[in-house]
Amino acid sequence: MNTKLTRKLRKNLTNVEQTLPPTSGEGHKSPLPMWEGVRGRGYSLPHSLGDGQGGGELWACLHFPQLPLEIFSRGDNSPIARVVSITKGNRKYALICNREALACGVKPRMAISAAYALCATLDVRQRNVAAEQEALASIAESAQQFTSLVSLVPPDSVLLEVAGSLTLFKGYKNLLAQLKQGLKELGYEARIAAAPTPLGATLLARNGFEEPVIDPHQLHSRLSPLPIETLCLDADLLKKFENLGLRCIGDCLRLPRDGLARRFGPQLLLTFDKILGKAPDPRQPFIPSTRFKSHLLLPAQVDSSESLLFATHRLLLELTAFLRARDGGIQELSLVMTHYKGPATQMDLKLVAPSRDIQHLRELIRVQFDRLKLTQSVEELTLCSGDVLPLLAQNQDLLVDRATMLATGSRLIEQLCARLGAEAVCGIRTSMDHRPEQSWCVCAPGKSGEFVKVGLRPVWLLTKPRLLKMMRHRPRLQGPLSLRAGPERIESGWWDEGDVTRDYFIAANPGGSRFWIFRERQPPYSWFLHGIFS
Amino acid sequence: MDAVLPGGGWPQGALTEILPMREGIGELRLVIPALMRLSRSNRWIAWIAPPRMPYAPALATVGIDLSRVLLVRPTTKADTLWATEQALRYGKCGAVLAWPRQVNYRTLRRLQLAAEAGQAWGFLFRSPREKNSPSPAALRLRLEPLGTGLAAQILKCRGGHVTKPIILKV
Repeated sequence: MNTKLTRKLRKNLTNVEQTLPPTSGEGHKSPLPMWEGVRGRGYSLPHSLGDGQGGGELWACLHFPQLPLEIFSRGDNSPIARVVSITKGNRKYALICNREALACGVKPRMAISAAYALCATLDVRQRNVAAEQEALASIAESAQQFTSLVSLVPPDSVLLEVAGSLTLFKGYKNLLAQLKQGLKELGYEARIAAAPTPLGATLLARNGFEEPVIDPHQLHSRLSPLPIETLCLDADLLKKFENLGLRCIGDCLRLPRDGLARRFGPQLLLTFDKILGKAPDPRQPFIPSTRFKSHLLLPAQVDSSESLLFATHRLLLELTAFLRARDGGIQELSLVMTHYKGPATQMDLKLVAPSRDIQHLRELIRVQFDRLKLTQSVEELTLCSGDVLPLLAQNQDLLVDRATMLATGSRLIEQLCARLGAEAVCGIRTSMDHRPEQSWCVCAPGKSGEFVKVGLRPVWLLTKPRLLKMMRHRPRLQGPLSLRAGPERIESGWWDEGDVTRDYFIAANPGGSRFWIFRERQPPYSWFLHGIFS
Repeated sequence: MDAVLPGGGWPQGALTEILPMREGIGELRLVIPALMRLSRSNRWIAWIAPPRMPYAPALATVGIDLSRVLLVRPTTKADTLWATEQALRYGKCGAVLAWPRQVNYRTLRRLQLAAEAGQAWGFLFRSPREKNSPSPAALRLRLEPLGTGLAAQILKCRGGHVTKPIILKV
C-alpha cells in the first residue's frame, strides 16, 4: 500500500471519529429529566439534540403504505378482493392488492389481465393521486387534535411533532395507541415511528421500524441498518453507491465528510446531517382550513341507506376531530351525494345551536336518509360544513338566558326539521302594527316580538277575510249573527298599500260559535269574517 | 276550572280528548290557562297540524309566552302522528295540542304511552262523531254551547264516574 495513501486514510479515519457523535452510553453528561405523570419506563426527552436543532423534539411519522387502496376501501367494509392499478404504456399493472386479493394469488406488479384470470370478481380501481392527497390532508386535520405542528410528507406520510403532547397523553405509548385507534376508525392503517428528527422518523416508518427512538444519540445506530433506497435519491446516485459497495445508511455515515461532499455534492451531506439532527430541518406546517370539507369515494355503487350511513359515519368522525381541534361546533352541514349521471343530490342540515356531538348529528342524518328517495346509486360522498362557531356554555345559571332556554328545545326541533323539512316547523311572534293581518308573523321558534295590549282577540285568524252573506241587511254565517261587542275601530296602514279602515265586532250565531267580524268604513260597507274565537 | 275537573286539573302524562260540537264555541279557551302556566314555567307548547294558524296577539294577550310556542305543520297524516308522538315523548314539552283525524285505538294508545314517557299534557281535539269510539285517553270531554257559556259533558275520566254535565261560563 502506498504510504502517502495510508497516512491520508489514517487522517481521514481520525476525522471521521471526531465528526460522528459518540455511541449511546458513552460520554453522556447528566441523567435525563423525567416527565411527570409517566410511569414505567418513562419517556423522557433530552434537552439538546445537537448543534442544529432546538431542545427536545420528538417527531412521529405516520406512514400509509396502503393509502391508494384505503381511499376506496374505507367507504365500505365488505370483504371483496380489490386491487389498485396503474397504467404503464397501454397495459395495466397491479400496484397494491388487499388481503382478499392476495389470498386469491394476485401479486403486486402483476398484469391486470392475469389478475382477472386468477380472481374473476376482482374490483380494479385506477389510482387516484388527487384523492390520496386529499385523504392525507384530512388525516392531517384529524391529527390536529393530538398536536398543533403537523406537516405533510407527500405522497404517503404525515409528520407530527409530539414532544409537547406527551404529558397530556400520558406517555408515548398511550399517544400511539390513541393515534392507531383514531386512524383505524377513519379506515386507515398506519406504520408509526418516532425519532428526534423528522427525516429520521420518516425513514424508520417507511421501513417499518416502529420502536420509538427517543435518545438522539441512539439515532445513528438505529438508522444504520436501513437500506440506501429509502432515502429516495436519484437513480444514478444510487448506482454510484452500489458501485462503491455501499448498501445501508451506516456505510455512508462511516465515510469521510469532505470526500462525500466532493463526490456526491453538498446536498447529500446536508441530508445526512438532517437525519442525525446536526442540521436544522424546518418543515412546512400544515395549515388547517376554516371550513370542513371531506370526500369519500364509494367503492361499489351504493343505494341503501344503511351503507350510506356507514360511509357517512367515517366522514362524521373526521368532522368531530376537526371540530375538537378547533374547540367549536357547527350549525350548518351539507352532504352532497354524487351520482354517475345527472345532478348530485344535496342534503342540508341546520342545527338550532352549534354542536359537535357525533351521535346527535348521526341521528339527524339517519332521519333525513329515511326520508330521502334515491333515484340512482351514489358514487361519492362529500361533507361540507358551515363556519366553526363556539359551543354554548353548558352551565346551570340561576338567570337562564335565552340561548340556553332555546337549547332545551333544540333536539326536538332538529328532529322535526330533519324529517318534516325546515319549513314545517316554526314559531310565531307579534309585530307592531294595528292591522290584524300584519300584527303577527311566522319566525324561528323561540322568538317573541314587542307587544301592545289590545282587547279580546280570536285565537284563529283567517289568512284572508271572508265576505259574509247578507240577509235583510244583517250578516249571516251558519245562521244570523248577532253582535255582542264592539265596535272597535281600526284605521291604519295609510303609508303602504294595505290601507285599513274597519269597525270590528264580536258576533255570535245561534249555534253558539263566536266570530270576529268587521265592517268596512268605505263603500260598499261590506261585512267580513276575520277570526274565530275558540 | 281546576276545581271543577275531576282530579283537580288536567291529567298530566296523559291524553285529554276534547270533542266540541262546533268550531268556535270556546274549546281552546278551556285549556288556555294551563297553557299560560306551562309557558311561564319554561316548557314548550307544541301545536301539531292546527286547522289554521294561531293568532299571535291573541295568545300574547291571554298571557302565553310566544317564545315557547312551536308550530308544526306536517303534510301527511303519518308525519302528523309521528310529530305528535315525538313532541309528547320529548319531556321538555309541557303541552301538545293536536287535531288528529281518523286515528284508531292503537295509535291513540301509542300517543298515550308517549305522553306518559314525556310527562306531557296532551290535548286532542276531535270531532263529536268520535264520541262512541273507544279511546285510551284519561279524560274525554264533550263540549256544547249553553246560553252564553259552555256545557262540558265528561264522557270518560280516570277514577270516578261523573255523569252530570258541568256548566262552565266562558
